[in-house]
This record gives sequence, C-alpha cells and structure tokens, in this order.
Amino acid sequence: MSARTVARFALLTALAMVLSWVEFLLPLPTAIPGVKLGLTNLVVLFALYRLGTRSAWCLSLLRVLLVSFTFGNAFSLWYSLAGAVLSLLVMVGLKKTGKFSVTGVSVAGAVSHNLGQILVAMAVLRSAAVAYYYPALLLSGTVAGICVGLAGAVLVRRIPL
Amino acid sequence: MKHRYDLLLILLLLAAAGVLFFLLRPGSAGQYVLVTADGTEVGRYPLDEDRTVTIGEEDYNVLEIRDGAAAVTEANCGDHTCVRTGKIRRSGETIICLPHHLVVKIIGGGGETADAVSGGIS
Repeated sequence: MSARTVARFALLTALAMVLSWVEFLLPLPTAIPGVKLGLTNLVVLFALYRLGTRSAWCLSLLRVLLVSFTFGNAFSLWYSLAGAVLSLLVMVGLKKTGKFSVTGVSVAGAVSHNLGQILVAMAVLRSAAVAYYYPALLLSGTVAGICVGLAGAVLVRRIPL
Repeated sequence: MKHRYDLLLILLLLAAAGVLFFLLRPGSAGQYVLVTADGTEVGRYPLDEDRTVTIGEEDYNVLEIRDGAAAVTEANCGDHTCVRTGKIRRSGETIICLPHHLVVKIIGGGGETADAVSGGIS
C-alpha cells in the first residue's frame, strides 16, 4: 500500500467521521427517530465509485466503529452497524447491475440504512411496533437519498484525488 | 439511459411508502393505552379516565392520559423523541422510546389493524 493510498484513505475516514459528528450535533427536529440526511453516505459513495468496493467497506466499517467509540454507546453501535452494512450491501449490488446512476444507488442505500435500523429497533424493543415508523422513513430516506445522491454524483465526477 | 432506472426506483419506493402509510393508518378513537417495556406488558389504562403514570424508576417516562388522548410528557431518555411525538388517541397510533425500550400504543376501537386486535404485541 503506497503512502498516497494510506493518506487518501485516512482523509476520507476523517471526513466521514466529521460528517457523522455534524449530523449528531444537528439532528433534524422530528418526532421520528432515524430521519436524517445521511451526509456520511457522500463519502461512502465517493469511495465506492472512485476507490472500489473493498475500500468502501473498510471506510464504512471503520467509520462506524470510530464514531460509536468516540460519541456513541453500546446500543448506537448496533444501530449504526446494521444501517451501514445493509446499505452498503444494497449499494454494491445495485452498482454492479450497471443500470443505476450514483443517485439511484444513493437512494437505495438510504432506504436500506433505515430498514437496517428498524430491524435492530424491533430486536431491541422485542416488538414490531416500530414498523409504524417505516412508511415515514421510506419517504424521508428517498428524499434524503436523492439529495445526497445528486451531490455525490458531482463529487464523484469532479473531485481530483 | 441510467436515469430511467433511477426514476423507476424512486417512484417504486414512494409508491411503497404510500401503500404502507395506507395499511398502517390509524383507525378511529381507541379505548385503551397499552404500555410494553422490552416486549412485556407493564400497564393497560382506559383512555377515558384521566391519569398520570410514571413508568420505570431510574429510567422513567411520564405517561399522561387526558381528554381521551395519551402523551409522554416527561422522560429522562437521551433523545426525547417520545415527548416530541405528542398526543395519540386513535387506535394503532404509537409512541416509542427507543432508549428505554418502551412502546405506548392505542388499542381498541374500530378500524384497527389485526395487530391492534391481538393486543398490540406482535
């Protein structure tokens, strides 16, 4: 691994952490847990398209661990891990089909992130009651995924790295 | 043209959200407030009697039933999402406190989902 690769990877990891922190500091004031913009996915999308699948996985998992250890707790680790893993699985799969642009991949990633978190919430609460929130999350996830995807497409195309 | 598939996906997801909204829509005014913690029933109160209950000790949520509606008015959880949810009164409507593993759900009344008929624990 060249020094350049290491530096590039460290830079993106730091950026992903900062974006997670920003979203942690400025939660959207809604009555539904899990509604968010998903800014961190900008970095994951960038890694997925520009550095490859393996880098995207490393980056995403490392980000989840670092963020949970620095300003999360034991529970937030599981929420965040389930969201990140399910969303990246879906994004990698969708990208491989070659039929979707960055925006489509981002939207699918956003709604599957929400789905992963709902599944963890169901396990934690031992109740399917949280499914009540999913329609709203599906809507907010789609909208957030479009926004992040459009911005991500520009970054993937323009950033020289 | 990749954007066609993107658009298709987005429309599909929005349609799915619409269908789910419809399926999970609240019914008419409910009769009981069912409180479960960690999947176990901890209380069941009629909606037509005003009362204030504190659920839990160290980790607490204050449940207030007034004028046929229930709300969590105070809690020491981190996010206060349960408090922000506000009042619920219709069958199927739910307040959730994730940090305290608490579910407050309205049951009884007409037009509820099968889930509410079975007592809300599923």
